[in-house]
Amino acid sequence: MTDVTELGVAAIREGVAQGDFSAREVAEAFNANVAAASNLNAFIVATPEQALAAADKVDADRAAGKALGKMAGVPIGMKDLFATNGVQTTAASHILEGFKPVYESTVSQKLWDAGAGMLGKLNLDQFAMGSSNETSYFGNVISPWRRNDGGNAALAPGGSSGGSSAAVAARLCPAATGTDTGGSIRQPAAFTGISGIKPTYGRCSRWGVVAFASSLDQAGPMARDVRDCAIMLEAMAGFDPKDSTSLDLPVPAWESGLSPDLKGKKVGIPREYRMDGMDDDVAKSWDDGIAWLKDAGAEIVDISLPHTKYALPTYYIIAPAEASSNLARYDGVRYGLRDLPEGAGLQDMYAATRADGFGPEVKRRILIGTYVLSAGFYDAYYTQAQKVRALISHDFQKAFTQCDVILAPTAPTAAFALGEKSGDPLEMYLNDVFSVPASLAGLPAMSVPAGLNREGLPLGLQIIGNAFDEQGVLNAGLAIEQRAGFTAKPEKWW
Amino acid sequence: MSVDKATVARIASLARIKVSDGEVEAMVPELNQILEWVEQLGEVDVTGIEPMTAVIPNTLRLRDDVVDADPLTGGNKRDAVLANAPAPEHGFFGVPKVIE
Repeated sequence: MTDVTELGVAAIREGVAQGDFSAREVAEAFNANVAAASNLNAFIVATPEQALAAADKVDADRAAGKALGKMAGVPIGMKDLFATNGVQTTAASHILEGFKPVYESTVSQKLWDAGAGMLGKLNLDQFAMGSSNETSYFGNVISPWRRNDGGNAALAPGGSSGGSSAAVAARLCPAATGTDTGGSIRQPAAFTGISGIKPTYGRCSRWGVVAFASSLDQAGPMARDVRDCAIMLEAMAGFDPKDSTSLDLPVPAWESGLSPDLKGKKVGIPREYRMDGMDDDVAKSWDDGIAWLKDAGAEIVDISLPHTKYALPTYYIIAPAEASSNLARYDGVRYGLRDLPEGAGLQDMYAATRADGFGPEVKRRILIGTYVLSAGFYDAYYTQAQKVRALISHDFQKAFTQCDVILAPTAPTAAFALGEKSGDPLEMYLNDVFSVPASLAGLPAMSVPAGLNREGLPLGLQIIGNAFDEQGVLNAGLAIEQRAGFTAKPEKWW
Repeated sequence: MSVDKATVARIASLARIKVSDGEVEAMVPELNQILEWVEQLGEVDVTGIEPMTAVIPNTLRLRDDVVDADPLTGGNKRDAVLANAPAPEHGFFGVPKVIE
């Protein structure tokens, strides 16, 4: 019999619909892989019973001849940033340890309604703040990949959606949800040789998603190929009256719109992304990508995004500013941890709870955010950053008068070893240099695997599209996927 | 602009995070390194540029001013609202005594 855990979303859905195997068999197989992979620490909580219950419902619906949903019979991993009714939701923090929401996030509800089941809640960087999964209160996620140097160095699965990327790459789930604030879907996808797309800001509801930086946060799918991403994004996206920034637009049929033919399309290559001292393997994969898109019929055009170098510092003002405001809600009163020292008053309780409940990176960002928003500094930092953000967005608008999509590397390097960068916050932040600009402009962007570097580790290529043009991004991603022929997978050691 | 120990202690107090003297000492160089780096934004000419407020052009919708307009987020949810509270009392959130 086929090993169903090697199948992706489309193949599982089709196999279940045709009766090649039951949804229950699929859920059981993935439950077993999840249970056997505790070394990777990808899941904070496993929910095998929920996966089985959803599968049984799909099997019963099929037997009764009912129409099946877009994700029918597909068990998935849910990033632990999405509120799931009755199941612990922590954002990988101590302050929310034990928190069981009494409601379901819109995105997760849409996925269950489409017939998906939940294998468990995936580990992440605490409050999605990090690029390596070293800031989780529940311990580091370990990438299933290893370098081909014979060493056993534990590698970062990327962040913040590192539990998601590790789980998909290690065949613990065919697909998982991610969220992307400055690259948290794309960079982990690149590090682990999978695909992931951040849609246009507002496509997926943020209702019930633990907030980090509200003007940037956007959910999206992570899966093994472009088609699976298209299917899952269709199931996740859509207008939600409960999120005031949700886009009131119909969800396009991205899966049926897939086409790798790029004739008549123009692909922009931003010259500012070709940085001094760029990693040779990354530069080569970018050149490969250019050749593949040409082969797919596209015309390559040189473009300029002149404010690129200011994107990261802009992000590291705006994201912490919004985080400091969003995370003010964790005060030990309404939910989560409460630390009440002997004889303490209300203010002392807040301060003790937050000192105990937040990890170092979260505190660092709250303090930066509080500083840049404080009296006397607001204009110099925050208003200036919002103006530079406008310029970055204008750069993209201008570029999209010359091209349809933009091709760039996803990250400046392949996966690094855990501990390698965690001592220097600034060096860690620089890892997001290619992913942050599209986030600041709210644009759809995707990472697809492009090949392996000299150490045998995956590299990703990023496609950035104009607002609302997920289809253009997915199609260019498909054109690359077909030519890259990426079939590598991590050798099982866990 | 750079921060000193007193400033870090003041920010931590504004952010309602208790910090020890040792933590403040460690944070001063870290925050200064990050702030020095973000200050490069000062060199960008932003004359005539409006600060960005909406990422994607969108109009803010207001909900109908109706109690319980949405059954999921409307009223009559006391038990659900209190379900995760660390110290609920008599149907309220319990907090330490504020007024002596």
